[in-house]
Amino acid sequence: MNIKPKFFILSLFILLGGVNPSHAASKPVDPKVLHVINRLSFGPTPGELQRVESIGVERYIQEQLSPESIPESPTLTDQLSQLQTLNLNPVTLYRESQPIHLGNQKPTPEAMKAARERAHLIMQQAVQARLLRAAESHRQLQEMMVEFWYNHFNVYANKGPDRFWVGSYEQEAIRPYVLGRFRDLLEATARHPAMMYYLDNWQNTAPGSPGAHGRYQGLNENYARELMELHTLGVDGGYTQQDVITLARILTGWGYRPLNQPTGEDGSPFYFDPKRHDFSDKVFLGHTIKGSGASEVEQALDILARSPVTAHHISYQLAQYFVSDHPPDSLVKLLQKRFIASDGNIREVLKTLFHSQEFWDSANFNSKFKTPYQYVISVVRATGMPVNNTSPMSSMLQQLGMPLYSCLTPDGYKNTEDAWLNPDAMTRRLSFATAVASGRVPLSAVLKNQTKTDLPVMRSAMPVNQNQIRQQSRIQPVDASQLAMTLGNSFSNQTQSAIASSPPQLRAALMLGSPEFMRH
Amino acid sequence: MHRRDFLLKGGIFTASALTAIGTHAYVARSANPRDDQKRLVVIFLRGAVDGLNIVVPYAENAYYQARPKIAIPQPGHQGGVLDLDGRFGLHPALAPLIPLWEQGTLAFVHAAGSPDPTRSHFDAQYYMESGTPGVKNTTDGWMNRLLSILAGRTPIQAVTVGETTPRILSGKISIANLASGRNADKPLPLDRPQVAEAFDKLYSGKDVLSTTYYEGRMARQALKSDLDEEAKMANNGAPLPYGFARDAQRLAKLMVKDPRIQLGFMDLGGWDTHVNQGGSTGQLARNLQQLGNGLVSLVQGLGSVYQNTAVVVMSEFGRTVNENGNGGTDHGHGNVMWILGSKVRGGKIYGEWPGLSANQLYQNRDLAITTDFRDVIATLLERHINLDAAKLNRIFPDYQLKNNLALI
Repeated sequence: MNIKPKFFILSLFILLGGVNPSHAASKPVDPKVLHVINRLSFGPTPGELQRVESIGVERYIQEQLSPESIPESPTLTDQLSQLQTLNLNPVTLYRESQPIHLGNQKPTPEAMKAARERAHLIMQQAVQARLLRAAESHRQLQEMMVEFWYNHFNVYANKGPDRFWVGSYEQEAIRPYVLGRFRDLLEATARHPAMMYYLDNWQNTAPGSPGAHGRYQGLNENYARELMELHTLGVDGGYTQQDVITLARILTGWGYRPLNQPTGEDGSPFYFDPKRHDFSDKVFLGHTIKGSGASEVEQALDILARSPVTAHHISYQLAQYFVSDHPPDSLVKLLQKRFIASDGNIREVLKTLFHSQEFWDSANFNSKFKTPYQYVISVVRATGMPVNNTSPMSSMLQQLGMPLYSCLTPDGYKNTEDAWLNPDAMTRRLSFATAVASGRVPLSAVLKNQTKTDLPVMRSAMPVNQNQIRQQSRIQPVDASQLAMTLGNSFSNQTQSAIASSPPQLRAALMLGSPEFMRH
Repeated sequence: MHRRDFLLKGGIFTASALTAIGTHAYVARSANPRDDQKRLVVIFLRGAVDGLNIVVPYAENAYYQARPKIAIPQPGHQGGVLDLDGRFGLHPALAPLIPLWEQGTLAFVHAAGSPDPTRSHFDAQYYMESGTPGVKNTTDGWMNRLLSILAGRTPIQAVTVGETTPRILSGKISIANLASGRNADKPLPLDRPQVAEAFDKLYSGKDVLSTTYYEGRMARQALKSDLDEEAKMANNGAPLPYGFARDAQRLAKLMVKDPRIQLGFMDLGGWDTHVNQGGSTGQLARNLQQLGNGLVSLVQGLGSVYQNTAVVVMSEFGRTVNENGNGGTDHGHGNVMWILGSKVRGGKIYGEWPGLSANQLYQNRDLAITTDFRDVIATLLERHINLDAAKLNRIFPDYQLKNNLALI
């Protein structure tokens, strides 16, 4: 067939019905508007394209760069307020997850079970909070940056107490700094017990120091190495094995106090133990650091955060996340310059990025293959379904190999096509698109009457019983013409013709499963 | 992009053709595999497993001096190693593998690894999977290059267990992934003909998404019928094992059922034991037990196909000879590689042992490497899969075989 694109847009809307063709076809969406929404958010929601068209691209960028200026959705605020473990500090989370026992007696099986359930609940609420925010927050750029920085400073949830700390880690060490100063973010992650446990620094001890005993006997290089390789300089950042050992010595004694002991006033368990520290003078990356205790760590973090090599590494990663799997050198250098000049001000670097020629190069539009996380969230957002139940989303992430908080290795999940495009992934994405479009995925189901009276916080976190949900929510297929509007009807001729020639009940599925929607 | 050329060559690229051909026709027209098809399974232990506590040099005093807390005792002591050859002993958690050692189908190559000095997990894994140590711009993995050499291309010629394609299998030629875990075989909406037909139209181009889509469709058709049958059979048998062993068994059964599957890949994490590694028992022992059981499941599941299969177990680098202050070990260099297979000249430890005295260590801290991992793989490819030197050179470009091991 050989029909002009405009005709196709028209014919698609007529086929879909319910939309005034003259209105729908009259204004094809401005590709720049779609691009800025695709890259600064997890995809359009109903009406968002039209809103950004009316306020303009520049105002949208400014708005997203200042999340504090955007009123948050009251529904989301309410949902988050019900997740009562979300704002607990690490010590409370730890203590509340220990089985209760009296004296020297072993905890009873019931107490053990309750503790396991508690730990499970904490993790579940962290997952729920993250997915609700990603899908529903109006502060979309902030949510994108939470995902970016969490992966950059990844902590794996299935390692000991990290299973109840990952939520608090995100809340306390990541979220407050996602658009702030890199140095502050680095420090916050370095002080959080989730990171100290994950990369083992809590046990890192100067051999032969007065505090060296029991499990604290000697150096541990794990955190020191990843701090340079992943968090700051990058693997080719010019450090040596000797620098790894020196940084490990600088980091001796840096960790947290035993969790059954009283904490500082802020409830933080962070603690520097001078008795386990190596007080000798050191030469780190060519800088002399006098043996002086915790301030050595501050000096080392200063050196790392201010290194132009770090600026380059972070700039490359940001350019890859926001622009292209293989970002142009020119852009990376531009961002690196801004990073150095602004002393690692992330908001300033992003502002430069969003106004760069490379960001607006139309060759980069709709070119990034969505990660499973971006895909799942963008599907949910596009349907406009209110989300009450995030478990279908987390289970889909599991199936696609990207379960939340569960990247085992400290390099975090990648965001490139190489990493995520594979045959099984296509099969599963399209199946998810089809299930969501048919209205059979119970995202909006509200779970009622499942509260255990003694555990009120479990209300919104109970395991989902699919049968109960089916009874509660009507099956409501996604409206294809509404969806086409939401996505700006930005489909290729081939996609349009495939949609138009398919049964009406499958059209929304084809849009959510279209090649255009696989990318952003 | 011209990956997946089997699709183009096979002329089954358009939606209508696929629909018309259907499963059986597709199966019939794909390669005509022989019963004696040679198979290769690679198991990658991500995180750098501590090989010195797997094949333990128990005759070396230096080993016990370096590891006061985590050393595995000599044979005959409580929790001691299982003697292999009078010098080395196997971690006791791997006892289920001893029958394979005694039958002579399990061998080890000690002090093996990648010559690149990196101690970064990610770089080291990349180098081992690309097969080009020290070269960062290799775009494909050596198993994918191997696929491009093997005859009889089918969409399930290589199967990886897991949700994503590992570096070692990525490249021009299509591969299939078998999701791991319990939900992997559940029906999906895309299995319904009406839904599939609609998406076939959407993805009928020659772009990378369309080709990947078709590979997914065809691999699922092929694997699904295999798995459906397997599931029916499984009901009569013993309960399925958990986790890794379960996945290993599924892969094995699939390889038995479907001779088109020539290469298999699995990976297993959790080896980065910087803290509380344990000795005869503990963290590493638990993981090794899981791995050992998985290998036994794999061998048992392969049944007579084991005759024609070689299995390699490898990891990106070894760990420090000295234990660290936290009952663990840090990133090191040389490691042990494991080889299983009916034709393997097993019951033997290959490779030159460099020793553990201070002056014998790599950079004064790690087990030195005396056998390049490529020598081990190349030997298997040469003698098991019958590749000639020119083909080996495509798999490991610019590499001259150094040690010709009489492994097989």
